Amino acid sequence: MNIVVCIKQVPDTETQIKIASDNKSIVTDDIKWVMNPYDEFGVEEALRLKEKFGGEVTVVGLGPKRVTESLRTALAMGADKAVLITDDALEGSDSLAVAKALAAAIKDLEYDLIFTGQRGVDDDMGVAGASLAELLGIPHVALAVKVEVAEDGKSVKVHRPVEGQTLVIESGLPVLITAQKGLNEPRYASLPGIMKAKKKPLDEKSLSDLGLDSAQFGQEGRKVKVLELTPPPERAAGKIVEGETPQEKAAELARLLHEEAKVI
Amino acid sequence: MDFALTDEQKMFKEQVIRFATKEIKPRCQEHDLKGEFDFESFRKLGEFGILGLHFPEHLGGSDADVMTCVVAGEALGEAGLDGGLTLAYGAHTFLCADTIFAHGTQAQQEKYIPDLASGEKIGCMGLTEPGAGSDVASISTRAEKRGDRYVLNGSKMFITNGPIADVAVVYAKTDRDQKHAGISAFIVEKGTPGFSAGKPLNKMGVRSSHTSELIFEDCEIPAENLLGQEGAGFLMAMRTVEWDRSTLMAPFVGGMTYVLRRCVRYALERHQFGRPIAEFQAIKHKLAEIKIFIEAARSLVYRIAWCKDQGRPLNHLEAAVAKLFIGDWSLGPANDAVTLHGGYGYCHEYEVERNFRDSRLAPIGGGTSEITKKIISKLI
Repeated sequence: MNIVVCIKQVPDTETQIKIASDNKSIVTDDIKWVMNPYDEFGVEEALRLKEKFGGEVTVVGLGPKRVTESLRTALAMGADKAVLITDDALEGSDSLAVAKALAAAIKDLEYDLIFTGQRGVDDDMGVAGASLAELLGIPHVALAVKVEVAEDGKSVKVHRPVEGQTLVIESGLPVLITAQKGLNEPRYASLPGIMKAKKKPLDEKSLSDLGLDSAQFGQEGRKVKVLELTPPPERAAGKIVEGETPQEKAAELARLLHEEAKVI
Repeated sequence: MDFALTDEQKMFKEQVIRFATKEIKPRCQEHDLKGEFDFESFRKLGEFGILGLHFPEHLGGSDADVMTCVVAGEALGEAGLDGGLTLAYGAHTFLCADTIFAHGTQAQQEKYIPDLASGEKIGCMGLTEPGAGSDVASISTRAEKRGDRYVLNGSKMFITNGPIADVAVVYAKTDRDQKHAGISAFIVEKGTPGFSAGKPLNKMGVRSSHTSELIFEDCEIPAENLLGQEGAGFLMAMRTVEWDRSTLMAPFVGGMTYVLRRCVRYALERHQFGRPIAEFQAIKHKLAEIKIFIEAARSLVYRIAWCKDQGRPLNHLEAAVAKLFIGDWSLGPANDAVTLHGGYGYCHEYEVERNFRDSRLAPIGGGTSEITKKIISKLI
């Protein structure tokens, strides 16, 4: 079973995000970049399936050279090879353009399953996975919390949560599955894994290597444009309920909840 | 000279921090306060590969160089693990397992190292005695050869992992008339008749590591449990102590980085007189001084690791300098971190008080500062 996992590199969720002076992007200095956590679930699931069915796991990343670190992490976890799509013209591309580039890199690979994260924790678009499936002409099952590949390796059942219930969807292969939290607990890369990853193949592809026209990518090629980025509103200061006795304080609290907060 | 970490070491450090932060850190405070050893975390360290990092793969290790071991130890500290757990790891890996690895026969290595590397078994090292600390040559535990057995009698004191160890490397006199040249090293297994451990001592810091007396009363062990040659024990102990004074210090250095991070965060969040306390010069100076300590301490520890990897296994002078510096000079920054947190710093929740308690061991264990200075003066 050959599996492709798409990897996005995103700011560490603990990073304090600052909005840049253009009000449309974030300040990228001092950001610690990590593998998108949802993609990591995809890598782990791919590795578990590989351990069961054999085959190869290929990780595909897109972005500047620093994305190599996340690909190497996936290789250290146990993936077999990596492809990095990197090209200056990709800077500022939207999700659809990203999906196009991924499709171009993946279409000639042999694959039975493709995993992507259900969304990137940076832009929260959740579009690239579905678009990639569409461009490759394969089914797409979103938000997987459990993946069961049939013993004969020809079909897959995917569990996804729906408002507290579970929807089980069956699909033939190949299929693209987007990974949701709860799918698994990703493993840590061991030192031997890290040392082996050093020697695993990592191919770099530019847009022209993939036969793509760079004019369709970057800011110019965007179909959706970011107009503005605003920080979350500052939290209003808390209020201390005044009063001489507990009874007075309780009455004042009830009044505030009723008249100001309007919750009772 | 190049102390830059390789890409692989950087990635491994990241993974260790991530692993330790998620899997172990949440359990540390409880074990520290209760003074209980955390068996589960210790096993997890083994499963992750930390306990046997520098042993060869066929013995359950990862073939890591010393620098990588130091980076891993530093990462455990940076993740905020308590000094008790990291001390237990250091004593287990460097004082016990490494001594068996360095001086043991192939059979001894194969018998003990894999289980120690995985954490299946816990190791300790018994050198110090109630009446012999810094003066190693005066140890009175004796081992008498009787046929194909050695019979051990005596006791050891302040032994990290003593009450929980399955395997102990024990130093004893095989020739009472000799001083250094009369010391030999043995492997003693838990459950051997005549071998027992005292109750865990109730300590000020490193509380989750168990420390006790080891008692030998006509304890018979097979002659094959002798490590190396009779009389070679003192040199082995000196080699072990060199690890103790260098690589074992890495988690202390990482721990101070963790403390500094906490201090910076607190100084930015805590407002007094209408502004963050980080804006006050007295606070800035404390933060700067902690940073200076970290940078200097790290350089000393890295340098020893680098020397070892360059093919110079023993660096007594450098190790003594590193140990003394970290031991004595960490107390100021550890105290400053508590001061900076004010009343909160005196409470368990803010962890700086734990670091303060843990740090107090560094000028004592592995050779007191006074003895360490004597060693340094002798070597210059």
